[in-house]
Amino acid sequence: MKIGYFTERPYRWVPEEAVFNNHAFFAVSNKYFDREKAADDYNYYLDEACYAEEMGFDAIALNEHHGTPFCMGGVMNVEAAILARLTKKVKIVLIGNPLPVIKHPLRMAEELAEIDLISRGRLVTGWVRGAGSEQFFNNANPAYNREMFNEAHDFILQAWTKPGPWRYEGKHFHYRHVNPWALPYQKPHPPIWIPGVLSPETVQWCAEHRYPYIGLGTAIGPTCDLWDIYADVAAKQGYQAGPENFGYLIPTFVAETEEKAQELGRGFIYGGGQTAFSRPEHTLPPGYNSKSAIRMLAKQPGGSWLGVSQDKLQQARGAEQAEDAEYDEIRRKLVNSYQKAQKGLQIIVGSPKTVIPKIKTMLQVLRPGIFTFFHIQGPVSNADRLTSIRLMAQEVVPAIRAYAKELDLPDPYERTPGEVRAYAGARRLPVVDREPLTSLGLV
Amino acid sequence: MAPWSEETIKVAGTALVLVKGGAGKPLLMFHDELGYPGWMQWNEALAKEQTLLIPLQPGFGKTPKLDWIRSYRDLGGFYAMVLREMKLDPIDVIGFSAGGFIAAEMAAADPEMFSRMVLVAPMGLKPTEGEIRDIFPLTIRSYLRSTVADPTTAEFGKIYGGEMTPEQFEAFEDARTETARIGWEPYMHNPSLGYLLQGVKNLPTLLVRGQKDAIVPKGCITAYQQAIAGAKVAEIPDAGHRPEIENSAEFVRVVKTCLAS
Repeated sequence: MKIGYFTERPYRWVPEEAVFNNHAFFAVSNKYFDREKAADDYNYYLDEACYAEEMGFDAIALNEHHGTPFCMGGVMNVEAAILARLTKKVKIVLIGNPLPVIKHPLRMAEELAEIDLISRGRLVTGWVRGAGSEQFFNNANPAYNREMFNEAHDFILQAWTKPGPWRYEGKHFHYRHVNPWALPYQKPHPPIWIPGVLSPETVQWCAEHRYPYIGLGTAIGPTCDLWDIYADVAAKQGYQAGPENFGYLIPTFVAETEEKAQELGRGFIYGGGQTAFSRPEHTLPPGYNSKSAIRMLAKQPGGSWLGVSQDKLQQARGAEQAEDAEYDEIRRKLVNSYQKAQKGLQIIVGSPKTVIPKIKTMLQVLRPGIFTFFHIQGPVSNADRLTSIRLMAQEVVPAIRAYAKELDLPDPYERTPGEVRAYAGARRLPVVDREPLTSLGLV
Repeated sequence: MAPWSEETIKVAGTALVLVKGGAGKPLLMFHDELGYPGWMQWNEALAKEQTLLIPLQPGFGKTPKLDWIRSYRDLGGFYAMVLREMKLDPIDVIGFSAGGFIAAEMAAADPEMFSRMVLVAPMGLKPTEGEIRDIFPLTIRSYLRSTVADPTTAEFGKIYGGEMTPEQFEAFEDARTETARIGWEPYMHNPSLGYLLQGVKNLPTLLVRGQKDAIVPKGCITAYQQAIAGAKVAEIPDAGHRPEIENSAEFVRVVKTCLAS
């Protein structure tokens, strides 16, 4: 198993009320941006990643978002390039570069190749479609999102593997002269892991390409369903999916005592937490979702899909100033959701003693070959963050490594995704174990 | 019996769904960016003297999406093929909002395709002042609400009142998706259109605007006036982006006057 460390690198100095008033992190005004504090934090987060390496994590994962204090990684490849030089052993896992949003796959091929060269082959490149809000920020046409993702992906692989110079005339991208003089250190190219939040189309695409799929804090039950879809597609492709095809990332915070962990762990719900990433109208821009996904959403009145209910979608939202009493009410509701999320294993908070069994349950159910800690959000101090990393590394990681060995969860380096053949007519083997979900009331 | 019928015509390489109603000289109507809302009082009034031909835009749920259409200019080219194949040109045309953009692109390419042109709250040109409201980062409800000055307008309630059905939700998403696909950037306008429209001569043109339009600013009307020689303007009081349903009587009066000229 590969064990990774990930943080959104939150901007920790935005007043929570500003997020509440905006009903989301995306589009909070950058008038709150403090250059000195941000300079400190960009440097701190790089140091923090180096500390995670020292503590023994196998991988540092980075991501990218735009126009939001939720994540300071606006240009992830810059951080990745610095870490390529600063670190020595860890894999640098990008989860991931939003290809349709960046709209320049040749440049992307060059940047990633440089990162792989500087790190001497430690890059794992992941690609995403970009969140809905990213389409607005970058003026990327959402109706072409998936087309552009697919075309950019295919182009980058060619740019890395087909000797140049050659000309490219595609549908969305056009290049007169493809001949990058930076090719990846790894041959034929760095490993590709694809992160996602339960899009069946993406899961199917991953299985067809034999790319590991990384569930980004997705609800454990639906994650099982999607991994079954992956395994079914894999079987049709002629291989048996296994732990090497799956990764999982989960919000985790550890402190010396349960009380302290519970108090600081509320950073995960600061400003509304992940569900306040962007408002509904920014989450689902026109054409961003497939026709089948829209049909599913349309038929779930009051229900929720990707955290956005149809009711919520239809709400006209303004940016009215809330009163103090309303802030208190919002916070009270968030605390309830915080407790509920912990019960549902969507957030793991506690001392090492209480955290370990929860993660073991996840490993038992989901059987991932890659496991990544998504570290705390909100205004938690550097010292408390570092303590949490140390406790994860010294007490939690050894326990889960041992358990992963017991469960036989090979990672993609130990077993190449797609290498286990599926035999025609034979039933595919299970990839998840739902049994513990029943006793936990998570079915 | 309904005063209109819907038929599918094999034309311009596709199966175009066309709503048809009324009697007399044909009047081509291009619906707006959210699709054809149904047969309203103003349709009925104009249909007494003309035959309304309302093509349902490709990709809006009924006429199949045409992948090769990637801009409003392409869409205008498609409809020009339709008119030629159906031998309908020259024809009177009325276009609403993004539908006005389509008609303007067609007129710019070939002014003789139309005998008269009515553009109602037309998108398509960069406004001389203000901005065309960005409809994409809006929920359906917010967008619809902002299209009218008064949400208690009877026909607005008739079209959009009550709970949205899954079918309506899907139809709106189809329309928004297709509109984004071809109008995302530059946002709902074409920088070269104004220059090409300067070549349009002798096409009687009426620009209609609701005085309280919150979607298309007055600067768009000014830009069209500057581009099309002799274009007249009718401002409809007590109306927003949908003067045809918000002040139907005045709307019908000014449009009929233009079409009878």
